Amino acid sequence: MLAWTIYISFLGTLALMLLKLSAKTARSIALLAAIAGFAITAYDLLHSANGTMTTIVHRSWIPPLGIEYHLAADGVSLVLVLLTGIVAIAGVLFSWNIEHRANEFFALYLALIGGVYGVFLSADLFLLFVFYEIAIIPKYFLIAIWGSTQREYAAMKLALYSLVGSAMVLIVLVAAYVVAGAKTMSLLELSQFPFSLHFQMWAFPLMFAGFGILAGLWPFHTWAPTGHVAAPTAASMLLAGVVMKLGAYGCLRVAMVLFPQGLDPWGFSALGLASWRDVFSLLAVIGIVYGALVALVQQDFKFVIGYSSVSHMGFVLLGLMTLTRVGLTGAVLQMFSHGVLAALLFAVVGRMVYNRTHTRDLTALGHLHLNKAIPFAAITFTLAAIASIGMPGFSGFVAELQVLIGAWNAFPIYVLCAGIGIVVSVAYTWRALQKAFFSDSAPESTTHALPPISMPERLGAVMLILASLTVGLYPQLLLNLLIPALSSPLFDGLRKGHWQ
Amino acid sequence: MITVSYTAILQLLLPEMILVVTALLVLAVDLPISRTAQTRTRFTIGAVISAIGCIGAIAQIVRVPQQANLFDGTLVIGPEIQLIQVAILALTVLIVAMAVGSSFTSHVGEYLAVALFATVGMMLLVSTVNILLIFLSLELLSLSLYVLAAFNKLSSHSAEAALKYFLFGGTSAAFLLFGLSLLYGLSNSTNLVQIAHAIKNQPLDPFLAVAMVMIVLGFGFKVAAVPFHFWAPDVYEGAPANSAALISSSAKVAGFIIFYQVMVIGFAGAEGSSDWGRYTAGWVPVVAVVAALSMVLGNLVAIAQTSVRRLLAYSAIAHAGYILLALVSHTEQSFVALLYYAITYAMTLIGAFGVISIVEEQAGGEKLSDFAGLSRRAPILSLCMLIFMLSLGGIPPLAGFFGKFLLFASTLSAGQHTLGLLWLVALAIAMSTVSLYYYLQVLKRIYIAEPASETGPIQVPIARQVVLCAIALSILLLGCAPNLFLTWLRQPIRIAHF
Repeated sequence: MLAWTIYISFLGTLALMLLKLSAKTARSIALLAAIAGFAITAYDLLHSANGTMTTIVHRSWIPPLGIEYHLAADGVSLVLVLLTGIVAIAGVLFSWNIEHRANEFFALYLALIGGVYGVFLSADLFLLFVFYEIAIIPKYFLIAIWGSTQREYAAMKLALYSLVGSAMVLIVLVAAYVVAGAKTMSLLELSQFPFSLHFQMWAFPLMFAGFGILAGLWPFHTWAPTGHVAAPTAASMLLAGVVMKLGAYGCLRVAMVLFPQGLDPWGFSALGLASWRDVFSLLAVIGIVYGALVALVQQDFKFVIGYSSVSHMGFVLLGLMTLTRVGLTGAVLQMFSHGVLAALLFAVVGRMVYNRTHTRDLTALGHLHLNKAIPFAAITFTLAAIASIGMPGFSGFVAELQVLIGAWNAFPIYVLCAGIGIVVSVAYTWRALQKAFFSDSAPESTTHALPPISMPERLGAVMLILASLTVGLYPQLLLNLLIPALSSPLFDGLRKGHWQ
Repeated sequence: MITVSYTAILQLLLPEMILVVTALLVLAVDLPISRTAQTRTRFTIGAVISAIGCIGAIAQIVRVPQQANLFDGTLVIGPEIQLIQVAILALTVLIVAMAVGSSFTSHVGEYLAVALFATVGMMLLVSTVNILLIFLSLELLSLSLYVLAAFNKLSSHSAEAALKYFLFGGTSAAFLLFGLSLLYGLSNSTNLVQIAHAIKNQPLDPFLAVAMVMIVLGFGFKVAAVPFHFWAPDVYEGAPANSAALISSSAKVAGFIIFYQVMVIGFAGAEGSSDWGRYTAGWVPVVAVVAALSMVLGNLVAIAQTSVRRLLAYSAIAHAGYILLALVSHTEQSFVALLYYAITYAMTLIGAFGVISIVEEQAGGEKLSDFAGLSRRAPILSLCMLIFMLSLGGIPPLAGFFGKFLLFASTLSAGQHTLGLLWLVALAIAMSTVSLYYYLQVLKRIYIAEPASETGPIQVPIARQVVLCAIALSILLLGCAPNLFLTWLRQPIRIAHF
C-alpha cells in the first residue's frame, strides 16, 4: 500500500509531462497526488503500523547481481514519509500562483517527491541509491528555471554538492557490495555482514560525510543557504523540509547501520579527537553555533532561514552521534520538526512576503509595516519562530531537548555549545521577526496595500502549524513508532558498541 | 591437408554476405534514380533497403546458431560472437534509420554502401582470433570510416576531419602492425591462443614489452583513449552527423571487443597487476594508466567545450577510460559489463548525434548556444536529449547508470575481496561526477535558456523522431529492467569462457 506513495508521484510526473494541461489543471493534479500520498501514509499509520520493519514489496529485480526490488518501512521511515506527505501538500498550496511553465514545474516537483518517498522506503541499497539520485536532478531544474537571486549558480552548486556526496556514497556501496561477496544489496543482510574493522574505519566516514553533505554537515553546508535562497518557495520548502532529511536518513539508516564499528575509538587521539564519532559530533556542534551566528548578521530575510536550517540540522547530526536511544529518537524527531518548521518559515518568507513585496532586505521590509499589511503572515511567522526556538508545546522543544539529554553523558561540553546555539537562535529569530514585521522605523503613511493572503496559503500554513503543535503536545504519536524501530535488530551493531 | 567444405564456410559467412549483397543492391537501386529523385527520397529508399539487409542478417544469425572454429582460429563463430554481431547489426540499423530523409551528400548509394562495408568489417573483426585477419578487418573498418568522415564534400571541416583521421589512423595502424609482427616473430604463430601459449612462461623480454606497448597504442587510437585521442574532437566535429554516430558507436563497440580479445587472449600470462601496492609489470598496468588518463583528461577538457560535438568527443574519451576498466580487471563479469556498457553507450550516442543533426539542420549549428530554448521549440526532441545526457552522466534509472554500476562492481570484484583496484574505481566514480557538470550545461541550454528571438518550433522529421523516441525508451527500459539484457548477454558468455 505504502508503495503507492512512490508510484502516484511518478504517475503524476508522467501525466504532467506528456499531457498538455493548463496551469490550473496541473496544480490540481499535483495537489491530488500529494494528498493521495499523505492519505495513504495516514491510512497505513492508523491501521497497521507498529514501528517495526514491515516489508511492502519484495521482488527479485536483477537476480544475477542479487539486487532486489525491496520496499519496507519501519518507524523511522514512516515518520519521514509522513513528513514528506505533509510538506508536499503544503508545497503545492504555496505554489498555487505558479503560471510560468506550470506543467513542467509540477512534473519536476512530483518527481522529486517520488524520489524522496523512494529513498525512505527502500530496503535494498541499490534501490535506495537509485531513488537518491533521482531526487537530485529535479532540484537542479526547479531552482534554475523558477528560482531568483543567482539561480543558475545556486542550482549548479547544489547539484554538484549533491553529486559529490552521492559519488562518495557510491564508492562505499560498491566496495561494501563486493567485500560482502557481491551477492546482495539488501540492507538487512549487509547489516549482518561482519565487515573488517579496517574497512569500516574508512568506509564509515566516507559514507557518513557523503550523506552528510545533503544534511548540511559543516563545512559542506554551503550549498544549503544559497540553494534555499535561490529556489522558488515550494522548492526551498522541499529542500529544507525533506531533502536535507534524505542526507540525515542516509547517515542513520545506511552509514551507521552498516558500519557501526566505524564509530569505535581509533586507539590514538589527535587534537583531542579519538574517533570518527568525536569528529562528526564536533562538526555538528560547529554547524549549530556557526549557522546561528551567521544567521544573526544576515540582511537577506531568506538567508536568515537558510542558515538557521544549517544550525537546526546540526542538532540532528549531534543526536545521531550520541548513540543513545534518547538522542537518536531526538534526532529523528528533530528531522520531523525541522522539516515542518523550515517549510513553514520558507513559505512565509518566500511566498507570503517576497512574492508581495519583491524584496527580502530586512531594512526595506521594515518600512512596509508588514504586521499591518499582511497580519496573517506576521502571526504565522511569529508562531513558527516561537516553535523553532524551542518553545514547549511545539515540536522543536521535544526534539532538541531529547538530543541534548542524549548528548549530556557523552559530550557535556558540546551540550553547552549547543545551548549557546539555542540562545543565539532566539536572538536571530527575534531580530528577523522584529525587523521584518514589527519595525517602527518608518512613518505610518508609507504603508502599502499588498494583495491579501490567499486561501491556499492560509490552508498550508495552518496545516504545518497544526503538525508542529500536534507533535509538540503529543510526541507519543511519533515516539510509538520510533522506539520500536530503534530497538529493532537492525540497530544491534550500534547497540553492541556504545549504546547507552 | 585440411579439407573444408566451402558450402559450410559460405553458410558461416552468410550474414556478412547478406550485408555485402545489400550494399551492392543499394548502389544499384540508387543509380537509376540518382538524377531524377530528390536526395531526401533517395536517402529514404537506400536507408530502408540497408535496414532490411541488416535485419535479414540478424534473422539469419538468430535462426541458425553456429559453433565453429575454422582454419585454426581464422574464423571463430559461437553464441557469444553471434550475440555481439547481432548487437553491431542492430546499432547499424539505428544508424541507417537516422539517415532517412537526410541530405548532407548527393552520393547516397555510396554512402550507405560504405557504411555497410564498415559493418562487415566490424562483424569479421569480432569473429576471429587470427592476428592477420584482425588487421585486415580492422583496415576494412578503418578505411570505410575515413571515407565516411569525408562524405560531406561541401564542408571543408569534413575534409579536414577525414584527413586528420586518416593520417592518425594510418600511423596507428603501422604501430599496430609492427606490434603484431613482433608478436608473430616471438611466437611463430598468428593465432592468439597459440601466441599466448608460446609467450606464457617467458620473462617479460624487451621485444614482448615493445609489442605490447605498440598494440595498446594501436588499439588505444581506435577507441580514442588518452594519449592517442587527438583525432577524436576534430572528427566528431567535422564529419557528417551520421558518420560521426557510426564512428562513435558501433565502430567503438567493435574496437573495444577486439582490444579486449587481443589483450586477454593473446597476452594471457603476461597480465601483470595494477592493484594498489602490488604492482607488477605486464599489460594491465599499461592499460590502467591509459584508462586513468582518459578519464581525467576527457572529463576535464570536456568542461571547456562550447561545441556539443566536441563535448561529446571528449566525453567519449572519458567513457573509453571507464570501459578500459573492464580490460584491467578482465574477468568474465567484466566482459559482460564491457558489452553492456559499450552497447548502451553506443545507442545513447547514436541518439545524441541524431538530435544534433536535427538541431544543425534547423538551428544552423551545434554550438551550445544553438540549443538554447530547445525545450520550447521541440519538447519531445528535448526530452530525448535529456534522457541521453543523463544516461551518459550515469543518472539512474537509465541504462548508463546500471552500466557504470556493473562495470565498477565487476572491476572491484576482480581482486578477490582485496579491493586492489579501488583506486581506479574511485577515480572513475569521482570523474563521472565531474562529467555531470558538462552534461548539465547542455541541458541547461535546452531547458533553462530562453530561445533566441524570431525562432519558431522545430520541424522534426517523423522517421527520426520515432527512432529517437525508441532509443530513449529503450535506454529507460534497460535502466529500469537491466535484467532483460543482462541475462541475454550472460548466457552465451558463461559458456564461452573468455
